[in-house]
Amino acid sequence: MKEINELKLPEDVRYSKDHEWAKSNGETIRIGVDDYAQDQLGDIVFVGMPEVGDKFGKDEVFGSVESVKAVADLFMPVGGEVAAINTALEDAPELVNQSPYGVGWMIEIKVDNSSELEELMTKEAYLAVLQGE
Amino acid sequence: MRYLPHTAEEINDMLGVVGVSSFDDLFKSIPEDCRRNNELRFPGPMSEWELNAHMDSLSSEISAGPDFKTYLGAGSYEHYIPSFIPYLVGRSEFATAYTPYQPEISQGTLQAIYEYQTLISRLLGMDISNASLYDGAMALAEAMLMAIRVTRRKKIAVSNLIHPHYRRVLRTYFAPTDYEIIELNGKGNGQTDLEAIDKIDDLAAVAVQSPNFFGCIEDLQGIAEKAHAQKALLVTCFSEALAYGLFKNPGSLGADIVCGEGQSLGISRSYGGPGLGILACKNKYMRNIPGRLVGQTKDLNGRRGFVLTLATREQHIRREKATSNICSNNSLCAVTAAMYMATLGNNGMQALSRLNYNKTEYLKQSLKNAGVNIPFESPTFNEFVVEFPSGFEKKYKDLLDRKIIAGLSLEPYYTKYKSHYLLTVTETKTRKDLDAFVKEVVS
Repeated sequence: MKEINELKLPEDVRYSKDHEWAKSNGETIRIGVDDYAQDQLGDIVFVGMPEVGDKFGKDEVFGSVESVKAVADLFMPVGGEVAAINTALEDAPELVNQSPYGVGWMIEIKVDNSSELEELMTKEAYLAVLQGE
Repeated sequence: MRYLPHTAEEINDMLGVVGVSSFDDLFKSIPEDCRRNNELRFPGPMSEWELNAHMDSLSSEISAGPDFKTYLGAGSYEHYIPSFIPYLVGRSEFATAYTPYQPEISQGTLQAIYEYQTLISRLLGMDISNASLYDGAMALAEAMLMAIRVTRRKKIAVSNLIHPHYRRVLRTYFAPTDYEIIELNGKGNGQTDLEAIDKIDDLAAVAVQSPNFFGCIEDLQGIAEKAHAQKALLVTCFSEALAYGLFKNPGSLGADIVCGEGQSLGISRSYGGPGLGILACKNKYMRNIPGRLVGQTKDLNGRRGFVLTLATREQHIRREKATSNICSNNSLCAVTAAMYMATLGNNGMQALSRLNYNKTEYLKQSLKNAGVNIPFESPTFNEFVVEFPSGFEKKYKDLLDRKIIAGLSLEPYYTKYKSHYLLTVTETKTRKDLDAFVKEVVS
């Protein structure tokens, strides 16, 4: 597994304590798991997705991610309605390992409250949390 | 995998290694007054002759012995079991105290379970089957919880023509949850009335049994359309798997999850158990199916092998978020069912189903001709309901004294059906038996 200083933690996304990232995409917010989460899970073999139109509050479970050693729940970093899901993960769940912030994104949501995004951690704040873990 | 008892010599060797002088020494950390210090009071050993005589005398005390002519089914069916099945199932490779799942020592067991899963999937028209559960009632309860997980909804509609015992187990499973069970009544033709389901919101699944408890075939295709229109799943249940040798399987009619009891697949009735819980579903619900699953894979050298798969859903890995708490299966019964199905094959299954159906129709028609009322007009498989004249209870007892069991009285389960009896006919009855039965009940 990677050392904390080896993790890719881009500046242009926000992070949650559950190791999801969120990034504004104009109309919607794109959500995925971060480099720390994919690295901890190992080879991902399946991503359990919600359906477009499903609504979830902040911190609610919206899906699950299954690796060869465990299944982990996916938590909403911000609340909202699912506007799109990354269907590419159906046949290629390994994209989450290869490119967690890029083609390995999971869902796009229409947010209930745009200030929730601002409340998420910046790279620096998140790094501090990881160093504490 | 063989389980052999230890010899006294082996026990002494082991005690020596551990460093204690006797077997009692090994347990001395258990307080003296918690330990039994006298022998268990068992009767002494018997010779083979004595044992056979003893078993015969026990079986003669039982209310319905092997020499009875039984028309009682209702979830437990008398079918002919080829004698090589008990022989093969009794082999020590299969009949072990616990199912060994470790692939490095259990390829035979795992392959047998895999064959079972394959045969069940084909019989039911589903994509995958689990390695089996304990009985049909448990399979129904697990299927309904599965539907709730899949749809994330909280209400289920359950036909009250599902076996009454299965529904009791379902209610026990659901009692501590906040999920709601809505019962659907039967109609005059012996099928489930579905009118109520249009008005139910938050509906996770509709569950029906086909053939249902009255033996009637349900309109699964119509029910599937109604359930799917509400984005609910169709769960179909069965207590007589042989019906699918003749009738269309639930998968081809739109079922999402199929559950039921596999006793009729070569498993002896044994006074009600053990049974075989069958659970199968479509591929897209694979990650929500509870219980063990055996998969086929390849080893490093490319050779075929069998392993437990999708275990990340289970409780030893997922704790409270597991798809169920089942980390076992009913292996011996599942292997029995696999042997039975493999023996019959596709053609044999069809022929046997037809035989059951034809004999049942013969009795139904004969009773009708003799003036007995057949209240439900829907097609049936090997069970059907009759309405005998009131006061039939006395004749039922008389017949019992003459070693004939005239079916099951429905009144304890459905109070409005006084004098209604559920009759079952399988391949074990001859035309002579059936003619004699008609004569007895109408005399």
